[in-house]
Amino acid sequence: MAGEKTNRVNLTEKDYEGGVSTMCRGCGHDAISASVMRAFFESSIDPRKVIKLSGIGCSSKTPAYFLGQSFGFNGVHGRMSALATGANIANHSLIPIGVSGDGDTAAIGLGNFCHMVRRNINLTYIIENNGVYGLTKGQFSATADKGSVMKGGKINDIPAIDICELAIILGATYVARSFSGDRKQLAPLIQGSLAHKGTAILDVISPCVTFNNHEGSTKSLKYVKGHLDPIHDIDFIPSYENIEVDYDKGTDQAVKLHDGSRIILHKLSDNYDPTSRMQALQTIHAAVAEGKFLTGLIYYDPNRLEFAEELNLGETPLAELGQDVLQPPAELLDKINADFMK
Amino acid sequence: METPTVNDLSISIATENGTGSASANNILFKAIFKMGIPCSSKNMFPSNIQGLPTWYQIRANAAGYMARKDTIDVIVMFNDATAAKDIYRVRDGGIILYDDSTPLAANLKRDGVQYMGVPADNLVQKLVPASPLRTKQRNMVYVGALAYLFGIDMETIKAVLEDTFGKKPAVIESNLACIQAGFDTVKEKGYTQNIGRLVPIPNGNKGKIITEGNTACALGAIYGGVSVVSWYPITPSSSLAEALEYYLPRLRRKDGKATYAIVQAEDEIAAAGMVTGAGWAGARAMTSTSGPGVSLMNEMLGLAYFTEIPGVFFIIQRGGPSTGLPTRTQQADILLMYYASHGDTRHIILFPHDMRSCFDLARRSFDFAERFQTPVFVAIDLDLGMNLWSSEPLKLEKEPFDRGKLLSAEQLEQLEKQGKKFRRYFDADGDGIPYRTIPGNPNRKAAYFTRGSGHDSDARYSEDEKDYKETLDRLRRKFDTAREHVPKPIIETNEGVKTGVICFGSSYEPVREARDRLRASGLKTDHLLLRALPLTEESKGFLTAHDVVYLVEQNRDAQMASIFKEEWPDLAAKIVSVLIYDGLPVTTLEVVRQITQHQAKARTGEGKWQERRLTASI
Repeated sequence: MAGEKTNRVNLTEKDYEGGVSTMCRGCGHDAISASVMRAFFESSIDPRKVIKLSGIGCSSKTPAYFLGQSFGFNGVHGRMSALATGANIANHSLIPIGVSGDGDTAAIGLGNFCHMVRRNINLTYIIENNGVYGLTKGQFSATADKGSVMKGGKINDIPAIDICELAIILGATYVARSFSGDRKQLAPLIQGSLAHKGTAILDVISPCVTFNNHEGSTKSLKYVKGHLDPIHDIDFIPSYENIEVDYDKGTDQAVKLHDGSRIILHKLSDNYDPTSRMQALQTIHAAVAEGKFLTGLIYYDPNRLEFAEELNLGETPLAELGQDVLQPPAELLDKINADFMK
Repeated sequence: METPTVNDLSISIATENGTGSASANNILFKAIFKMGIPCSSKNMFPSNIQGLPTWYQIRANAAGYMARKDTIDVIVMFNDATAAKDIYRVRDGGIILYDDSTPLAANLKRDGVQYMGVPADNLVQKLVPASPLRTKQRNMVYVGALAYLFGIDMETIKAVLEDTFGKKPAVIESNLACIQAGFDTVKEKGYTQNIGRLVPIPNGNKGKIITEGNTACALGAIYGGVSVVSWYPITPSSSLAEALEYYLPRLRRKDGKATYAIVQAEDEIAAAGMVTGAGWAGARAMTSTSGPGVSLMNEMLGLAYFTEIPGVFFIIQRGGPSTGLPTRTQQADILLMYYASHGDTRHIILFPHDMRSCFDLARRSFDFAERFQTPVFVAIDLDLGMNLWSSEPLKLEKEPFDRGKLLSAEQLEQLEKQGKKFRRYFDADGDGIPYRTIPGNPNRKAAYFTRGSGHDSDARYSEDEKDYKETLDRLRRKFDTAREHVPKPIIETNEGVKTGVICFGSSYEPVREARDRLRASGLKTDHLLLRALPLTEESKGFLTAHDVVYLVEQNRDAQMASIFKEEWPDLAAKIVSVLIYDGLPVTTLEVVRQITQHQAKARTGEGKWQERRLTASI
């Protein structure tokens, strides 16, 4: 379209759109999809080079709603990590993005998630985290905070899994947390993960407007906005109206939001070093103690090899090798037969 | 006094596992093979690392019958824990070879057999200075004793040791000393026997190889172009993946880079997931597992079936249900594989029956998976997979990979020029097989969204009842198309013969011998060796042409028979199941026994109904 802004691969933002979303109106997941589209556009990545993978749940439906020119794979519950690992090995030249939910990642798929992180496959892995099973209408997930109240009054008595902390411990090389409505923070974080070679975990708090948006929930819109503790430069943009902030590095700023709740922004100071694993874990714990969500790039390790390199794969993806390379010569089989005659 | 047989002998060696007897047994087996005598071995081992009983059974047979022998001529009684039972495992007139370093306990004496003592413990005390090695070297003593008794010369033994330990002269020397001591002791004691002799057959095994099915399958997969392997350790399939780990680096490198990836997964779910992800992305991907692994893989198999993603699943069956007998053999996962996963599913299964077909069907399985865009099972069992089999050499048929209906960017462009559109799940050719593209295809029309939920012919999300039914019907049509392409059964028919025998996999060898024995006693049979599911018209023709068809399988519930009966209910009454499911490799005798028993009852008309219920129930 004439006059429309294009990126370095000559595509417009429209080229990164997908199908029409079927999420509930105001769902945080749609806002995340918007950030994903923005990130791919800004990073000038050709959608034909991208593969999108997901598990099962509301979040896992969303890859159908962005990057319509990319191949997508909506698999089975909790197994996106395994599917993505296979796809990444088969063709490591593609740029994979995985979308999962808190149930998909932290409950049914936790084991496979852990091992995927350990392998450091090249993947941007977004957890759309709302602490609730939306698609089956409101059961607790493994990231629901202790003490949070489910609709109907049931209280969660067991501690939550902190996906970021877990990912750092298991060897993830890019770990960030953000908030679905915070496109200015989230889109650059996704861009960063796309540039990173290795497993990038983005735990994105994404309030469920239907099943978890009530006073007792720690992941309701109201609660979350009051307890964010960003460690990076961010602007907080509620879905309905833009709020701008402007403050110095290393300082906090309290912001009053439209619904009356407050958030505390903590701009990353020069002292915060995301390459220190110890500091990353300490910072997460300190924020948890204060009941705040820490956002931003929490941990980053640029040095570890991605899985495809560990496997000593060549430049041509395995999926593109022909019979000439894949089938050894018959003479080698003769040699093996001769060995078997001994 | 019996007349000694020539080159017809069965030896059972009872030891504790973890004592290193595998090495001694291999040397003995390979020595007999080197003499040119057709031979086979069955390893009956426990699911344990150390200290439980294990039996290694060698059969030397000039006629080339490889099935586990039903009678044992010689037992090597080297495990105190099982000795009391082992003495009754040997046939009347047979030999019990035991360690007479200490006197034989009274309860281990029986009549009608010949006892031969060799002081293995005492010998290794003297011969092996390093005490930790004595337990292992003790086993070499019985190799020497048997060599003397049955006529294996020490030169042959030496040659085998050199083949086995070529670069380790010290190992050869210490093993040889113990074998020689066993040989000399028995000779000095003046033991003689009249059971049988092993006599070299010049060129008897010329051109023959010895290998096991797991290795042959691994090599077949490599020649079939596998590039992604994901697996989780489980007996008896691990050695297949380990063979891949051994051979892939040796056979498949280009410019110092790997043209393959092997991932040891965290569980079978992940293994199947990686195979499916890799197959989706266009690689030839496989896993290997056993029954418990298939149970875990069910959900992923359903996903791959419904989304139409190729992948090869090597299943080495063991005794189930549950943990069952991990180190014993069965064919009891036929229905688990055939109908794997919830909803209406059916899967292609290939059944190799010997080393050559392990290699050949493993290679071709990747073509079937891509041609039909679906998971394909290659099903063997522990007997084929882990026992050593003598075989014709593995043979590579030179044929191009069949990538199936895979569209390149250029082909998509051509399609567009013809005014046609790429529709991922549309049955353009009426054979149920749609066209597919793989990620990375640069054509802007190539991409589609794969989902395990309901979808229409254009891969769009759909809960529409017509779309749903159409997809299910097309998948069934695709399965029916596969009937025309899967390996056909191998059929042997004779004029006027009205009795048939059907078998598959490791039952082939005992059935072959059983049919010869039955013929000798007056019952001629035709034969059908089943090599794949879905069933093909040839099997129907075989049922139609015979009055009675014995279907031999290694499970309790006549699983394969149930598939035949579901397919052709009108012919179901002709099938009489021969079911062998004690977890041990099938013996010829058991096949003969069940068939003759049924024949006898059919002749007298007595108990016909009961017999059917007992052996052919499904």
